[in-house]
Amino acid sequence: MIKVILITGRSLDQGTSKSIGKFSKEYMEKLAICELDPEDLKSLGIESGQNVKIKTKYGEVIVKAIESKQAPHKGIAFMPYSMWANLLLGSSTNSSGMPTFKGIEADIEIVKEGKIMDLNELLEEKIGVI
Amino acid sequence: MKTINNVVCSFCGCLCDDIEVNIENNKIVNVKNTCSLGLSKFLNYDKHRILKPRIRKSKEFVNVSLEEAIDECVKILSNASYPIIYGWSNTSNEALRIGMEIAELIGGVIDNTTSVCHGPTIIGVQDIGESTSTLGQVKNRADLIIYWGSNPLHAHPRHLSRYTALSKGRFVKTRKERKIVVVDVRKTATASIADIFIQIKPNSDYELLSALRYAVNNGEIEQNEVAGVPVEKIEELAEMMISCKFGALMFGLGLTMSPGKHRNIEAAIALVTDLNKYTKFVILPMRGHYNVTGANNVTCWTTGYPFAVDFSKGYPYYNPGETTIADIIARGECDAALIVASDPISHLPIESARKLSKIPIVTIDPHETPTTKISKVVIPSSYVGIEYEGTAYRMDGVPLRLKKIVDPPDGIISDEEILKMILSKLRGD
Ligand code: SF4
Repeated sequence: MIKVILITGRSLDQGTSKSIGKFSKEYMEKLAICELDPEDLKSLGIESGQNVKIKTKYGEVIVKAIESKQAPHKGIAFMPYSMWANLLLGSSTNSSGMPTFKGIEADIEIVKEGKIMDLNELLEEKIGVI
Repeated sequence: MKTINNVVCSFCGCLCDDIEVNIENNKIVNVKNTCSLGLSKFLNYDKHRILKPRIRKSKEFVNVSLEEAIDECVKILSNASYPIIYGWSNTSNEALRIGMEIAELIGGVIDNTTSVCHGPTIIGVQDIGESTSTLGQVKNRADLIIYWGSNPLHAHPRHLSRYTALSKGRFVKTRKERKIVVVDVRKTATASIADIFIQIKPNSDYELLSALRYAVNNGEIEQNEVAGVPVEKIEELAEMMISCKFGALMFGLGLTMSPGKHRNIEAAIALVTDLNKYTKFVILPMRGHYNVTGANNVTCWTTGYPFAVDFSKGYPYYNPGETTIADIIARGECDAALIVASDPISHLPIESARKLSKIPIVTIDPHETPTTKISKVVIPSSYVGIEYEGTAYRMDGVPLRLKKIVDPPDGIISDEEILKMILSKLRGD
């Protein structure tokens, strides 16, 4: 398990795959991910492409760990804006109007079991509709 | 094959207006000049479309006529005591103008996606003002460009070639004549092509901006580093800023979404104000969706406030932190929602998405999203800038006309026309 600071943000892949369709294979492949620094991947003892569980005090999600092309950023995990990332965020804005989408403490661990849920599964499991 | 020139790209806030589109049999077959984001939109807009209005009856969706969907929407909005109307950054100013009338009529809260992107920027600007310019001025004159908490190569790919690093300006003509600085927590794609990259510790933008202000005002920083940045580097940047001819600080959500929020923006604006004692310096937000700036402008011209406007008292009331969508939903106060051109279920923290899913939602959108999937009523619409015309504001506040280049699918009308139908039904016309 490693401790990281989670940053969510835009990515080129997010923008292009969103136009292909939010329920498309491309969208899930490009967004249900977490970009990690090569050293953090090493401390977890995993290779790029393996699944990890990310946990914050607000929630948890399983996504694919990808070696970051925008490294070095040891200790920082990056996730593109999406429902997968938003499972890890708190809803309070501390009266600012804006929830905190960046700079959140998170734990990352390898998962032996459990798979990455697609958007329909997230809607059913985490939102409780459909 | 028909070629249409000078098409405006309706993806990001750059609103590139030099796109060439080839059309054959009402289908876009080729697009020139866009980046990959624009290209993906122009070539895929016709996929994953919703083609029929629908209403959720118990668990299942049933296709209905447009009139039936409008009637149901009107019923939901009229029965609500505190409805929210949200979205707007992916549609035209004309559509939003009708939305404002609906909000006033039903005494609801109307907010746009600024609320969860550059809301803090607007609060910062309202608190202390700003030194700004158009992107044309930046292109022609800026010899120092700083991207702070923004990665345009991923979010606004042509920003660098049209307005900054790689653009040919009237007075500043080449890349060599411009210095590019990137301040970010990661060595982003944009950082890789900068002259100077400053890697800052997460959540410490305010500290670095304050240290820069101190250095610009001739203070001696009595530390070895601030925000993970060595003091020599801070002093070097301060010197670069003072000695440039025209500087532009372009900032993104790295500043607005990190702790500090509008305080970060105030610090950045104050730094730019300090710099204007020595030289010309401007500050510009990197706005994401193609018409999020228009959403602020239309809300402003109709109510005096740029977002998060609450009509429940019978007059426009604005207090970010209270009337902002994220807060209203988190407090569980709204009892119906009209969502236009937006997908809040994907973009709000999970607890808020869950709360939103418990109330009746009417969504107007061209394509399928997690929000359309959980809505009570879904009304499909056409794409502005592809199938319908309209006005949008570029990220620097310049309004541009978006063209209609192909016909929408049969029976599909625009957000503007759908909203007009809702408004007239609500009025009992
Ligand atoms: S930079 Fe933005 S507006 Fe310009 S082509 Fe790319 S997506 Fe479209």
